[in-house]
This record gives sequence, structure tokens and C-alpha cells, in this order.
Amino acid sequence: MTTKTPEKKRSKAKKFFTSPARITLAIAGLFFIISGVEAITGATDITSPGTSGATLRFAIPLLMAGLGGLWAERAGVINIGLEGMMIVGTWTAAWFGYLHGPLVGFAAAAVFGLASGFFHAILTVKIGIDQAVSGLAINLIAAGGARYLSGIFFPPVGGDRTVSPPVDSFPTFTIPIIAPLLEKIDAQNIFFISNLAGVLHGLTRDLSLVTVALLLLVPLTSWILWRSKFGLRMRFSGENPMAAESLGINVYRIRYIAISVSGMLASLGGAYLALVASSVYREGQTAGRGFIGLATVIFGNWKPGGVFAGSMLFGFTDALRVRQSESVMSLVLVAGIVAAILGIYFSIARRWKFAAISVGIALFGLWVNQRVDLIPQEFVTVFPNFATLIVLTFLAQRLTPPAMAGMPYRRGSE
Amino acid sequence: MTKSRIFWGTLAPVAAILSSLVFVYIILTIRGVNPIDIFAEMINYGFQPRNLVSELNQTIAYYMAGVAAAIGFKMLLFNIGIDGQYRMGAFFGAVVGAAVSLPPILHVTLIIITAMLAGGLWAAIAGYLKVRRGVSEVISNIMLNFIAAAIIAFLLSEDLLGTLPEGSQNLQTNKIPVSGQMPTIKAFDGEIYSFLFVAIAVGIAYWVMLNKTVFGFNLRATGLSFRAARSSGVNAPGMIFITTVLSGAIAGLVGIGTLLSDTHSYSMAFPAGYAFTGLALALLGRNHPVGIFFAAFLWSFLERTAPVLEFEGVPPEIVIVMQGTIVLSIVIAYEVVARINLRQQQRAVGKVNAEASSQKESQ
Repeated sequence: MTTKTPEKKRSKAKKFFTSPARITLAIAGLFFIISGVEAITGATDITSPGTSGATLRFAIPLLMAGLGGLWAERAGVINIGLEGMMIVGTWTAAWFGYLHGPLVGFAAAAVFGLASGFFHAILTVKIGIDQAVSGLAINLIAAGGARYLSGIFFPPVGGDRTVSPPVDSFPTFTIPIIAPLLEKIDAQNIFFISNLAGVLHGLTRDLSLVTVALLLLVPLTSWILWRSKFGLRMRFSGENPMAAESLGINVYRIRYIAISVSGMLASLGGAYLALVASSVYREGQTAGRGFIGLATVIFGNWKPGGVFAGSMLFGFTDALRVRQSESVMSLVLVAGIVAAILGIYFSIARRWKFAAISVGIALFGLWVNQRVDLIPQEFVTVFPNFATLIVLTFLAQRLTPPAMAGMPYRRGSE
Repeated sequence: MTKSRIFWGTLAPVAAILSSLVFVYIILTIRGVNPIDIFAEMINYGFQPRNLVSELNQTIAYYMAGVAAAIGFKMLLFNIGIDGQYRMGAFFGAVVGAAVSLPPILHVTLIIITAMLAGGLWAAIAGYLKVRRGVSEVISNIMLNFIAAAIIAFLLSEDLLGTLPEGSQNLQTNKIPVSGQMPTIKAFDGEIYSFLFVAIAVGIAYWVMLNKTVFGFNLRATGLSFRAARSSGVNAPGMIFITTVLSGAIAGLVGIGTLLSDTHSYSMAFPAGYAFTGLALALLGRNHPVGIFFAAFLWSFLERTAPVLEFEGVPPEIVIVMQGTIVLSIVIAYEVVARINLRQQQRAVGKVNAEASSQKESQ
């Protein structure tokens, strides 16, 4: 009898976090704490419209890389070449955008991204070489190729050939009625409500149509994966390709399509970097975002919504790094408070190990907040990598990756 | 038998290099320059004595990375964390080396051991995650590379372990005193790092360890079949962990040659990208210590001679593309050769079976 109680509690906790209504409640609670911390410390940048707008801009490239990784891994192939495919996107978008306008640039990025994904598919599916080798080689070739082509095509700006000529930017729009209304509420300085309005205001003003279109890819991916016939076959190819093949599914073809789309998505993320987040191609512009996209896939537990949440979180840390490093301090306090609450929760649930860890984190957060003046920028930069490693370390058993992602598969063999 | 093994073993790398040469030939032709002239010029430039020396020095670093990757490959481990491990090794080697003063040989030994420890411990994180948590070493190592770079960038700040020498923009660690420096061999109007001998020793030790010791046998056995090794009494998870640490320890030595004989301090100018290079060299050299050496030399030769291209109006980054295509062609070649071998074996088995059954029928 006594052994049963913790199991019951665990399933309760699981239910708590899986139901969408509760997740909303949890986010609202978190936001409440953030508002409280902002009221106490007087740092207002966390919920300012500028930060939320920047978060969105930083999150979209990560989201696209993450969705790219998701497509490939759901079909059973790990795509380490996301970084290289993003480079393909930045370069082609900037060059074709410079020649024929940004819309053509985007289209070109899609086409070349598709091609780079197809290349990865030929290597890993048809020829069957190691997926990691192929991805790494694509990263290298894309980086070297982009630099080679910049040296040939870009007009030298003061001897500097690492930057493309500027491209016209996309028009932006602000959602009428709602955005001005939110701005007014934000100005009122009401606890919690104004903070919320500030965040939403940042998400509703100066939007690019491209941003909206790319965001729509999240529900679309979700629909394809769980509601369409193709998605079912795709997930089947990732979970058990042999069984899929025996049921008459053409695993090779599914993988070809999925990996090509993966390349296209990552490349569009690169195009966003070059055309929307800035207006030029710059060498090293992707700055490891493809790898962070890979991290969001793990962080999001191989689900589109999770990838979205992960990329928003990582985009948020990126935005804070650029905007105001003092805000990071208040976030440490927020994390400490959340850990303290979790500690109380776990104590009530009598899960002492987790309770002790949470309390330890809370105390550490408090200590950092009191003793350290500024979190070094380097640590903020690698937060996504660190968070992913922590998730892998402590929650590996809870994650549900596609069973055969990364494993070699040859038709007709075990 | 052995003759055909050597033939098949060298065929794939040679074919890979040739095919990527053809690839570059085509690209250069499109660019409108004569590829043959450029190749000749590159070879001419690369074999000048002075350049040979600097190529050899670079080869030492690449060789260590290649051996580190090869140890991992023998265990089917994809050690892409060489980048982080090498940084950790070079950085902590530099810090410890500058902090103590010891008699010359002892000092150098201490630095080398520190570097191996730092690299090995950093790799141990990935090893632990792999063995205990089932986390793929590829993902964890990619994350660890970024984290290592951040930690070192943080520690290199001026109020911690870094200094900013006058007239320099580059933060670096304190200089290692003379007793902790390694001499250079003056030859061909250049200076060869004496760390070369350490590299040779590591190569020999790697070969002996793998082929002549029980440990090496267990390692290869676990790499070939985890289950078979385990059921025959090998502590297979332990072997995976130890191999990861060993690979990391060798990776920790990648930057030591430059550190001890040239810069004497670690700075942000230490290059990145050794992980991919190491893996590429191990693949190209078929995990053999001599093969890896030739691959490493080829790599540094290509990089040293790349500026020649610039004189001809060709962006030198084409060399990076060429390195990428060499790697791709080599793995493709291995895959194709392996498949041909498999088919031949199956055919041979089929023939034997057919003969056996026909004999039975005739009886």
C-alpha cells in the first residue's frame, strides 16, 4: 500500500502539467512572480514591449531551425547540418534579395534550402553514410562555400567582402485597435495587467508578415504530424522503419521529403536572419543558431509546441543579452522564487530528493542575486546549451525521442 | 590476403582525395583560371622548406586531434567534443604552467599532465551522460563545446585569469616561464616544435595500446559488439567511459605544442574547429597512426598553401569546401567498398550453400 502512494502522486503531477488549462495557469503564475519581482526591483525591461518584440525576432530563426530538426528526426534522421543549411539561407536570401527584392530572396532561400536538405537525404538515406558525418560536412561546406561565393559575388565594401550589399526590408504592420489599446494599458502601470499588456504590445506592433507566416508553420507542422496520413507515416519511419516498410510504407521516400523540408525550414530561418532581423548577410551571422535549434528539439520533447516554447525561451535569453544585462539579475530572482515554490510542493509531496535540489537552487539563486553584480554575458549566451544538457541529464527518462532517430537503416536489412 | 587489405584500405582515401581534386578542378575552371597551374603553384609553395616547417608544426596539432578522434571511433564513439576538450586542456595547461615554477623537465611534464587531466575530465561529463543516462555523445558534446568556450571566455577576463599585454587587443593568460617552455629544433630556416616527439610517442602508444594490450583488445571488442564483449566478461560500459576520457585526454594535448613552443600563453586567438578536423583525419587515416599522420599533413598543407589562391583571384576558402568534400567522398567510398565486400561474402556463402545442396541431391 505504501509503495502505491508516490506513484499516484506522480501521475497527478503528470496530469497537472499535461492539461493545457493548467499550463496556462502555470505560465500566469510565473508571470505573476515576474511582475512581483519587477515591482520590487524596479527593473522594468523584462516585460517591456521592446523585450518581447526582440524575443520574437530572436526566436523565429531558432524556431525554424528547431522545426527543421523536428521534421528530420521525426522521420528518423538526425540533422546536424542545420547550421550549414541556415548559412545557405542567409547567403541566398541576401544575394537574391539584393538582386530582385526580398520576396525573391525568401523564395530562393526556400529553394536552396530544399536542395541542401535533399543533399543530406541522398547522403544519409540513399548512400547510408553516418548521419553526423554528413551533417558536419554540410556545415563545413556551407560555411566555406558562402565565404568563397562572397569573395566572388559581393562588391567589396572597403576591401571587406564578408558583408553583402543591403537588401530592402519587408514592410511591417501594427495590429490596429488592439496594439494601441495595449499600449495605453501598459502606460497605466497597474500591477500584473500592465506588465502583461507590455508583453503583448511588443508582440502586436511592428510585425512583419513573414514573422506571422513563419509562426503559422508551428500549427501546420503539428497538424501534419498528428492529423495527416503523411505525418503518421513520417512518425512511423522514425519509430520503427522496418515495421513501416513491412506495411508498405516507402520509408526512403518519406525520409527524402521530410529531410528536404527540414533543410527548407532551417534555410528560411537563415533568410529571416538576413532579411527581417537585419538587412544584410554577414559572415558568421548564424552564430551557432542551428545547434541551438537542435537543442530546442530536445528541449521541446520532439513536439512542435515544445519546440516553439523552447525557441521562445532561448530567444528571450538572447534578447536580454542584447538589451539589458541587469534584467538577467531579476530573472535569477524569479528562478529562485520558482525553485522555492517547487521545493515546498515537493516537500508536501514527500519527494525529498527533488525538494532538496529545489531548495538548493533557490538558495543559490538568492546568493547569486545578493553577491554577484552582473551575470557574465558568456553564461547568458550559453544558457540554451546548458539548459539542454540539464534536461538531458535529469529528465532523459521523461523524454520521448523517435526511437530510431540517428540509427542507420537500409531497406531489407535489420 | 594482407596485400589486398592494404590495397582496399588505401584505395578509398586515394579515391576520395582524387574525386575532391576533380571537384575543385571543375570549380576553378568555372572561375576562369587554369587549375593545373594553380595546383603546381600550390605544391611549389607548400614544399618550400620554410613552409614545410610550419606545416609540420600544424600537423602536430592536427595529429593529436586525429588520434583523439580515432580512439573514440574504435569504440564507435563520435567524439565531437574535441573542440571543448582541447580548449580546456590548453587553457588550464597555460594557467597552471604560468602559476608554478619548477625545474625545466618537471615543469613541462606538469603542464602536459594538467592538459590531459583537463581534457579528460571535460570529456568525462559526456562519458558519464552516455553510460549512466543514455545521452547521445554527439548532442552532449556539441553543447559542452559551447559551454567550454563560454567558461574560458569568462575566466579570461582581466579580473580573473587573463591579462591584456600592452599594445594588444587579445586577452591572454600569463606567460609560462622559461622553465616551462619546450625548445624548438632549428631546421630549414624555421623552428620545429619539439612537441613533435610527444606526438610521435602518443602515436606509438596508441598503436601498442590498441594492438598489444588486453585493454586494447577489450576496447576493440566492445567497439565491434557491445553485447558480445559484455557477455564475455568485459565491463563494456566502463570501457566506454574510459575510452571517452582517454580520447578527451589526448584532445587536451592538441594546443600544447603551440602553447609550449610558440605562444607560451593561451589567448582567444587559439583557433576553433579541431573537432571536425580530428574526426575527418581519423576517417581519412582509417584510425591508423601512420594514416592519420599523412592525413594531418595533407590538411595543414592545404591550409598553408591556400593563400596562393588569393594571388590568382580565387577566394582561398575553396580549401574549406575541398576539405568538406574529401570527408564526404571518403565516407561514401568506405560505404561503397563495405557494400561490395558484403555482396561478395554473401555470394561466396551462397555458392558454398548451393554446392552443398547439390552434393546432397546427387547422393
